[in-house]
Amino acid sequence: QKNGVSNGSLYKKTFIEHFEQAPMYVAVLTFLGFGVGTIFGYLRDFMRAWGLEKRNIAAEREQQKDFVPLYQDFENFYTRNLYMRIRDNWNRPICSVPGPQFDLMERITDDYNWTFRFTGRTIKNVINMGSYNYLGFAETDVNALKTVTIELQKYGTGICSTRQEMGTLDKHVELENLVAKFLGVEDAMVFGMGFATNSMNIPALVGKGCLILSDELNHTSLVLGARLSGATIRIFKHNNMQSLEKLLRDAIIYGQPRNHRAWRKIIILVEGIYSMEGSIVRLPELVSLKKKYKAYLYLDEAHSIGAVGATGRGVVEYFGMSPDDVDVLMGTFTKSFGAAGGYIAGKKDLVDFLRTHSHSAVYATSMCPPVAEQIIRAMKCLMGLDGTTQGLQRVRQLGKNTRYFRRRLHEMGFIIYGNDDSPVVPLLLYMPGKIGAFARRMLEKNIGVVVVGFPATPITESRARFCVSAAHTREMLDTVLNALDELGDFLHLKYSRYSKSSHPELYEENRLELED
Amino acid sequence: EKEELIEEWQPEPLVPPVSKDHPALNYNIVSGPPTHIITVNGNECINFASFNFLGLLDNEKVKSAAQASLKKYGVGTCGPRGFYGTFDVHLELEERLAKFMRTEEAIIYSYGFATIASAIPAYSKRGDIVFVDEAACFAIQKGLQASRSNIKLFKHNDMTDLERLLKDQETEDQKNPRKARVTRRFIVVEGLYMNTGDVCPLPELIKLKYKYKVRIFLEESLSFGVLGEHGRGITEHFGINIDDIDLISANMENSLASIGGFCCGRSFIIDHQRLSGQGYCFSASLPPLLAAAAIEALNIMEDNPDIFQTLRVKCEQIHKALQGISGLKVVGESFSPALHLQLEESCGSRESDEKLLKRLVDYCMNRGIALTQAHYLEKEEKCVPPPSIRVVVTVEQTEQELDKAASLLKEAALSLLN
Repeated sequence: QKNGVSNGSLYKKTFIEHFEQAPMYVAVLTFLGFGVGTIFGYLRDFMRAWGLEKRNIAAEREQQKDFVPLYQDFENFYTRNLYMRIRDNWNRPICSVPGPQFDLMERITDDYNWTFRFTGRTIKNVINMGSYNYLGFAETDVNALKTVTIELQKYGTGICSTRQEMGTLDKHVELENLVAKFLGVEDAMVFGMGFATNSMNIPALVGKGCLILSDELNHTSLVLGARLSGATIRIFKHNNMQSLEKLLRDAIIYGQPRNHRAWRKIIILVEGIYSMEGSIVRLPELVSLKKKYKAYLYLDEAHSIGAVGATGRGVVEYFGMSPDDVDVLMGTFTKSFGAAGGYIAGKKDLVDFLRTHSHSAVYATSMCPPVAEQIIRAMKCLMGLDGTTQGLQRVRQLGKNTRYFRRRLHEMGFIIYGNDDSPVVPLLLYMPGKIGAFARRMLEKNIGVVVVGFPATPITESRARFCVSAAHTREMLDTVLNALDELGDFLHLKYSRYSKSSHPELYEENRLELED
Repeated sequence: EKEELIEEWQPEPLVPPVSKDHPALNYNIVSGPPTHIITVNGNECINFASFNFLGLLDNEKVKSAAQASLKKYGVGTCGPRGFYGTFDVHLELEERLAKFMRTEEAIIYSYGFATIASAIPAYSKRGDIVFVDEAACFAIQKGLQASRSNIKLFKHNDMTDLERLLKDQETEDQKNPRKARVTRRFIVVEGLYMNTGDVCPLPELIKLKYKYKVRIFLEESLSFGVLGEHGRGITEHFGINIDDIDLISANMENSLASIGGFCCGRSFIIDHQRLSGQGYCFSASLPPLLAAAAIEALNIMEDNPDIFQTLRVKCEQIHKALQGISGLKVVGESFSPALHLQLEESCGSRESDEKLLKRLVDYCMNRGIALTQAHYLEKEEKCVPPPSIRVVVTVEQTEQELDKAASLLKEAALSLLN
């Protein structure tokens, strides 16, 4: 089903998102699968408790046996019995650059995933559909990394001090000016870790007496930052503007819960692209709501900066809006820029305030210089300041790859979530047994995928998540698609009730032809 | 009527305005690498402000290991540990750290602050009790806040106060034994305190641990690579069996001159963080060039165990030389490489103290010694330490430089504090 757009006139181009529901029998079978797993789990726990089966987990020290137990037995039930069975699909170690293809270290288990050992062989040239390498900047080309090599030799790897003490280098100032120019805002500030950017700056911006309206599916870092701030948190349904409007109206009319005083400020936390759903935030409606109710908008562009927008400036450019509409622009450099760290950008007052009051500026180390240089060179490439059009080509290639990949998957009959322009493609698997089977068989075909289950997703909606990259060639995508086709038939994953022939208007073929 | 309410409501501005001469607004800008000779705001100075204890920041071997890693892996890892972000260098670094600290397992985080702030909430939940020292650093405070546990502060390094709290807790337990059986208890202390420069009395803490059945989490950011005969930290310094400490957390940003942090301990404890440490599961992993630099730094630490003795000698030297400056007192142990210089008599308000210290710092910076004030967020800290100047001793400072620093400080104090 397409998601309806309430204020269609605000959108300059069509906004299509898909969240198809699977047929009922799938939900039934999924619950059945989990039920069987749980029963076996109880059985195994019982056998372990009575010594009929070997205990494989590490145990508490003899001297500390009479301390209060560190873990509740039930907390780990899911981990011990369900996660352990398919554990080999996560934490797979790699030994090359995480580009469009990478090398995996072969590891096998002798005791059903309780321990692993490395055989010493590597599986070479596995197609990488899991790393966040949207623009292909994770590369080891000597020319591309020339400046990074020079800066590493000059500066070394560490800083050993915080921003406010002795840790602000000229490189940081250069980077911050470049980020501000790239985004079209007055000023920006960079931090050493993307997760920490959220968890240390939201508490600096809001405190007790403020209201935070956060999307249902926000990332853990946003949730942690909101909790640490001490403000009241209310959650609105994912990307649902009516739910948000209702919360805003209630908040202003009724005030704070106990004393009915007016809220000091209201801040809305959303993400540009949601990493588990592939949906893009409805920015035009959000901005009009925020202006009407005088709330502040905090936009986390971790996955969308560099990946959407005609020149890679993120969702603000994608919707043709001005960066002044968003009060706090936040993003990370890990995904599209192939580095590490995060930034917050906006008006000069905001950034000055963060320079003096952010927890990160006072207590946490600043970003290390070679990483800063990598971001500078990637950003210059994107902005065209290095004299080539390579940056723009990468963004266009990513758009082409995304649309092609999504179109073919729809044609094949898989259920895919998310917006047609988002490079994050979740493919629904639903049943717990298929999670393990899917990932293992794809690895046998030399394709590395990421599968996610409960608790990162709702219990019935386990999925495989593909991250399309600008560095993937058409051949690589075709290999993956053919493998998916085969596997989809083998595992019966093609749940979609809509195929291309019945709804031709869903597929923007004309747009693809114009780009080519 | 509802529309009227919506029209009338005016929120506060998003951020309060910051005055142009706010003391923390204008950063010291360092041109070039923050090594032994540092160029701050255009002045060339000797660096007494960066926590580069073992001088590994511009070590050639460390840089070449990072270069090799850069050629092989690029810069970023493009993913969290669970989704193809685990590189063989990460696994190697974890093994080496575990071997160096003589524990079963180690786990790496990509940011020093996030290490202890993610480790504490992974074990201690709502309803558990944590006894923490008053002078604990901000990262510990944030970890405790995220864990939503009951926090009980005890006076800095005061074991009688801690014992009193533990006894009170015991009497509470006897009233409600069912609840007591499931309430976990932890003590969180630092090896070498960043805010006061002294060590925690670990042997007494171990006795209290077994007497009252509490687990100990030790934060060794400053003492890793500094204390102990081989740099293994405070457990080696006091000669304690490392298995007696449940979790040791440290960051690699001080002695190892890299970025990131690690936790080490028994597998029973550390393995839990791989699924429930938030900064581990939901954040991209450490860039491989930093991991390679850390491995090389560990190699250097293992091959040259005499640098720790050299560092200790220099610390004692500067500690002695800074005694007797009129108007300033030295806060910190004699073997601590990160000391504080506080005003003996306060001027009245914290702001005026800070202004005075800033003039001292500027005086020294204009004459070739780079120092910095210790910065805190006054409103956010539980117990704000008094304003002070941070003096950091590194292995690269020569005797003449230490003497120069001491005499310059004496001069500054004489001219500005009278």
